[in-house]
Amino acid sequence: MQNIIRGKAYVLGDNIDTDQIIPAKFLSYNPSDPSERRYFGMYAMDGVPAGQMGLPNGNIRFVRPNEFKTDFTIVVGGKNFGCGSSREHAPLAIAEAGASIVIAEFYARIFFRNCVNGGYLVPCESVERLVEKIHTGDELTVNLGTCKVTNETRKTSHALKPLGDVAPIIEAGGVFQYAREAGMLKS
Amino acid sequence: MAGMTITEKIFAKNAGKAKVSPGDNVWVSVDILMTHDVCGPGTIGIFHEKFGRNAKVWDKNRVVIIPDHYIFTADDKCHRNVQILRDFVREQGLPYYYDPEFVKNEPRMPNPYLDPTKTRYKGVCHKALPEEGHVRPGEILLGTDSHTCTAGAFGQFATGVGNTDAAFTLGTGKTWLKTPPTMKFAFRGEIPPYLTAKDLILAVIGEIGVAGATYKTMYFAGEGITSLTLEDRMTLTNMAIEAGGKNGVCDVDEKTLQYVRHRSHVKNWEVFKDDPDARYCYEKEWDLASFEPLVAKPHSPDNRDTAMNCRHVNIDQAYIGSCTGGKITDMIFAASILKGNVVKVPTFVVPGSTEVHADMKRLNLMGAEKGPNEKSIEDILLDAGCRVGPSGCSACLGGPSDTFGRLAGTEVCISTTNRNFPGRMGSMQASVYLASPLTVAASALTGHITDPRDYVVKPIQTGMAGVL
Ligand code: SF4
Repeated sequence: MQNIIRGKAYVLGDNIDTDQIIPAKFLSYNPSDPSERRYFGMYAMDGVPAGQMGLPNGNIRFVRPNEFKTDFTIVVGGKNFGCGSSREHAPLAIAEAGASIVIAEFYARIFFRNCVNGGYLVPCESVERLVEKIHTGDELTVNLGTCKVTNETRKTSHALKPLGDVAPIIEAGGVFQYAREAGMLKS
Repeated sequence: MAGMTITEKIFAKNAGKAKVSPGDNVWVSVDILMTHDVCGPGTIGIFHEKFGRNAKVWDKNRVVIIPDHYIFTADDKCHRNVQILRDFVREQGLPYYYDPEFVKNEPRMPNPYLDPTKTRYKGVCHKALPEEGHVRPGEILLGTDSHTCTAGAFGQFATGVGNTDAAFTLGTGKTWLKTPPTMKFAFRGEIPPYLTAKDLILAVIGEIGVAGATYKTMYFAGEGITSLTLEDRMTLTNMAIEAGGKNGVCDVDEKTLQYVRHRSHVKNWEVFKDDPDARYCYEKEWDLASFEPLVAKPHSPDNRDTAMNCRHVNIDQAYIGSCTGGKITDMIFAASILKGNVVKVPTFVVPGSTEVHADMKRLNLMGAEKGPNEKSIEDILLDAGCRVGPSGCSACLGGPSDTFGRLAGTEVCISTTNRNFPGRMGSMQASVYLASPLTVAASALTGHITDPRDYVVKPIQTGMAGVL
């Protein structure tokens, strides 16, 4: 796990559910097939209503049409990020598009667990609500060691909650690596 | 030392510990792992990648595979995904696989089963799991689907997981879980005839919000719950996830035991009860007579309002189906209102399982075997102008564009399903209202959202429908 992550922010609102992150019609792609897996990147956030795509202005697509990768590295959300279905395609889609971290007020638990156990994304929780304080396109630096996110564009900084119990699994890169290192799985 | 809840006792048993408390992280053994056609291929891919191409699942009698999501579509990728499940089942020699044998690997709409009693295909996994005997009190069930929590109605711990977690369990039989604190929702009295469990759960979710139970157990207790059928209890636990809950659970009683004895493959299980001094992080008691028929307005299951307040909302479509509202009792509820009337808007009916579909053909409106000159539940629905499709998830989650009942434009739909997020039923422009089968049926007759109280004159009997 990288301790310092730099990049552009993509800001969303509250209750971003997994149908918005990756709509059901794309679930027929097989994530285990590399040629199909990249389509999850192409369609990441495709179900977010246009006005809510990239706050505060909206109408900013996470991934430009017909492209596989996003310009944004850090997704910022509000309450209950990742609620709804258990589809692991959701954190996978965000990661496949090229983002590496989500900062939200709090998560729906299956999404959080999938981020951690699958080793897709670091799911950080902010201490205060950031959705109105960070704008889509702002340049951010996240320091996981000091639990701080610095907004280089606006010259502000905000505290993050420590990763807590799941830190060892995130650091290992997912539940398989964690269990292997802990001697629970044979290599 | 405080007592334990049902969920804590199940965790302790499967972790081999005398006691666990909320917040404790424990490694537990998993009793049953279920996957389906949407998450199965990804799970199988990770299993092969991490454990090796020749790896075997930890216990083939504990793996259940139920294709249900994208079955009736011409999309050949969906058919390919069913084929991936078949190949895995053959490779591993899995006995509990419910094949839609009519799905061929070709880009064409499969011909649905003609007789629902003569297919191996079962329909929606959460309905099929208890029907096929994979659900027992006191066990831990994981499924690669968020509504796996449905099975908590049988006094077990059941929750949804992702592909990586499922693959880990496939290879090891284990998973790590954080012990959740329990919220207790107690219900007093008997449910009035114009309400179903759907109204109760919409009331609860409206009260605590879509994240009100995040990481927590929702325990549905009291005589109000024991007065419900198992099927109606499943409606409650099914929607625990809509409040963010980790699991939903009900007490085990004679009704549960009768069901499980009749169906389960394994003949021993343990029944747990909350200790009198068990701790709850939230407690609320409700009087069932105080509820009114409710809806959840677009675009969130906690956007609660009464059906009465929404009577000016015109609807373009009604939908009766899914693991929440496509059980045989839901069909009896809807048919009791639709009987002898004709719907004003297109009304799509999708049986939750092929067993439900068979029962719709076999049973009368009282939930009993129909006589030769009596109408079946399906006859009543068809006579009322409903369109009855084959069992499966169908338009509950939108699905491919050729899915039965899917929304494609700016429709307003009233539905017995569980989610009304933007785009959930297929169209970002559509508006979905969630309601009980009674409210959906009454609304289908008038063309606007309708409080079913005027349409239900006497208690609706469902007999042994869905049990035996
Ligand atoms: S019926 Fe709907 S909610 Fe139930 S498993 Fe299928 S898609 Fe999910």
